[in-house]
Amino acid sequence: MEWIQQLINGISLGSIYALIALGYTMVYGIIKLINFAHGDVFMVGSFIGFYSITVFGLGFFPALIISMVACALFGVIIERIAYKRLRSATRIAALITAIGVSLLIEYGVIYIRGAQPEAYPNIFSNKTFSILGAQISIQSVLILSVSVVLMILLQFIVHKTKTGKAMRAVSHDVEAAKLMGINVDNTISATFAIGSALAGAAGVIFGVYYTKIDPLMGVIPGLKAFVAAVLGGIGIIPGAMVGGLVLGVVETIVSALGFSLWRDAAAFIILILILIFRPSGIFGKNTREKV
Amino acid sequence: MKKSKQFWPFILLAVLVYVVIQVLISTEMMNQFYSNTLILIAINIILAVSLHLVIGITGQFSIGHAGFLAVGAYVSAIITMKLQLPFAVAIIVGGVVAALAGLIVGIPSLRLKGDYLAIATLGFAEIIRIVFLNIDAVGGAAGMQVSHLTTWTYAFVCLVITLVVIVNFTNSRHGLAAISVRENEIASDAMGINTTYYKVIAFAIGSFFAGVAGALFSHNFYIIQPSQFGFLKSFDILIFVVLGGLGSLSGAVLSAILLTIVSTYLQGYPETRMIIYSLVLIIVMLYRPKGLMGTMEITDYFKLWRTPKGGGQHEK
Repeated sequence: MEWIQQLINGISLGSIYALIALGYTMVYGIIKLINFAHGDVFMVGSFIGFYSITVFGLGFFPALIISMVACALFGVIIERIAYKRLRSATRIAALITAIGVSLLIEYGVIYIRGAQPEAYPNIFSNKTFSILGAQISIQSVLILSVSVVLMILLQFIVHKTKTGKAMRAVSHDVEAAKLMGINVDNTISATFAIGSALAGAAGVIFGVYYTKIDPLMGVIPGLKAFVAAVLGGIGIIPGAMVGGLVLGVVETIVSALGFSLWRDAAAFIILILILIFRPSGIFGKNTREKV
Repeated sequence: MKKSKQFWPFILLAVLVYVVIQVLISTEMMNQFYSNTLILIAINIILAVSLHLVIGITGQFSIGHAGFLAVGAYVSAIITMKLQLPFAVAIIVGGVVAALAGLIVGIPSLRLKGDYLAIATLGFAEIIRIVFLNIDAVGGAAGMQVSHLTTWTYAFVCLVITLVVIVNFTNSRHGLAAISVRENEIASDAMGINTTYYKVIAFAIGSFFAGVAGALFSHNFYIIQPSQFGFLKSFDILIFVVLGGLGSLSGAVLSAILLTIVSTYLQGYPETRMIIYSLVLIIVMLYRPKGLMGTMEITDYFKLWRTPKGGGQHEK
């Protein structure tokens, strides 16, 4: 039953993509900016988790929470310093700034600690158990359950709390939300905080699952998570989850078929196909352009 | 009118610059290091100007220019190394194949706008890179040996041709149409301009010259590898255009010269170089989002000085 095992690998990978994609999709939904630095927040989260485990000797869950909190702060700082002034700027200016911030974080980290990779410590036992003949490690079950819990938590925040309501209102119409007395600046910061916290969690999970982390690790997962967000329909939260899972499974299938070198290309081919045939994504609705 | 007045002085100046530097190189007054830097500057100017046509003139935000550079580099290297044809043929074929790649990429993706186009071009550049990574005939990840054929003469002739073609395109009615697409796509559509056609044309011309630059680039080093044409290379080209001013040809040329010199001196400190680049990019976007020169050209500044105060003739 190798296929079931591959499917589970794909879902684990996909849940990491989904966690990152959620941040992209939330930020895009609210300020229409592709936050290129998001993949680097993921990298920073992974390193924070790594240092809390190795230097401070913490367990997985405390490290996860520290990394999420630190990334949330980091995300808000990035938003306040770099993106806030650009609300009224052109889209190109905002996009270029985001690329600049992304590179600044990457090379800032390399400057501070060097470019050498780090090996994540083994926190969980490598025990496996078999379901239907597939060998499943405890790790992947745990990773999957953490991501699912986080996604449920996110759904709760977005749909049941006041902040979530404000976020939905701002992403629907900024001006109207302002008129209704919503503090738009704080809401945007909250969006960045939540999105970045999810990226931080994804970073720690990635580290535990793939064991090797380095300062440029965020680039490719970041881009792929963006593909996942577009696939599901950018700005739509369930879309990002589904898109991430689909992408993870497709990539695993491509590698399982023996084309592992083409794995990265698969994501971009999906992106281009979806952009050409259904630019609004799986869950998106077609909107007409207004003049 | 304006074009014909500037054309001959420009050619004269170009010939003068070429002769002076060629004499300096052949009399060995200028050592290898400086002549190499000059060739690199010429290549980077070609890249900057070709991307300027796409981003600055037509307003299509492409961040996958390194993909076309890679196509030109590999195709020309195959022509000189495997087919043993002369270098001039390799440059032209490299450019033509890159332009074809530009057409193939451009026709589907230029239907997209803004952010989506940026991501699609980035994705295409990655796909192009992965394709070269997986072709064993060009060495895969290990790279391909290329003999050193790029000389100052080749680089400079290509540079002059690029500048002349792009300036003339910009001043022609095609260029005006492209500018109208940049200013307001919906409005120019409504005026009866075939926006898709002009976007694709600008994209193909930009890709052609990126391919030419790729041919010069690959024959300037002794080896080419797919890893040289990643996202960072696209970013290097992007910063030339952004820093100089979105829409200013002379701005792109000047910033290509300036940044090539800066990065030559920072070659030993790649992290510092990237930190400086990214800070420059952020600060320019936050405080001067149109780039240093905006849409002004150097010649516009001369006119500003000549006209008396309050003249403001360049506004016409």
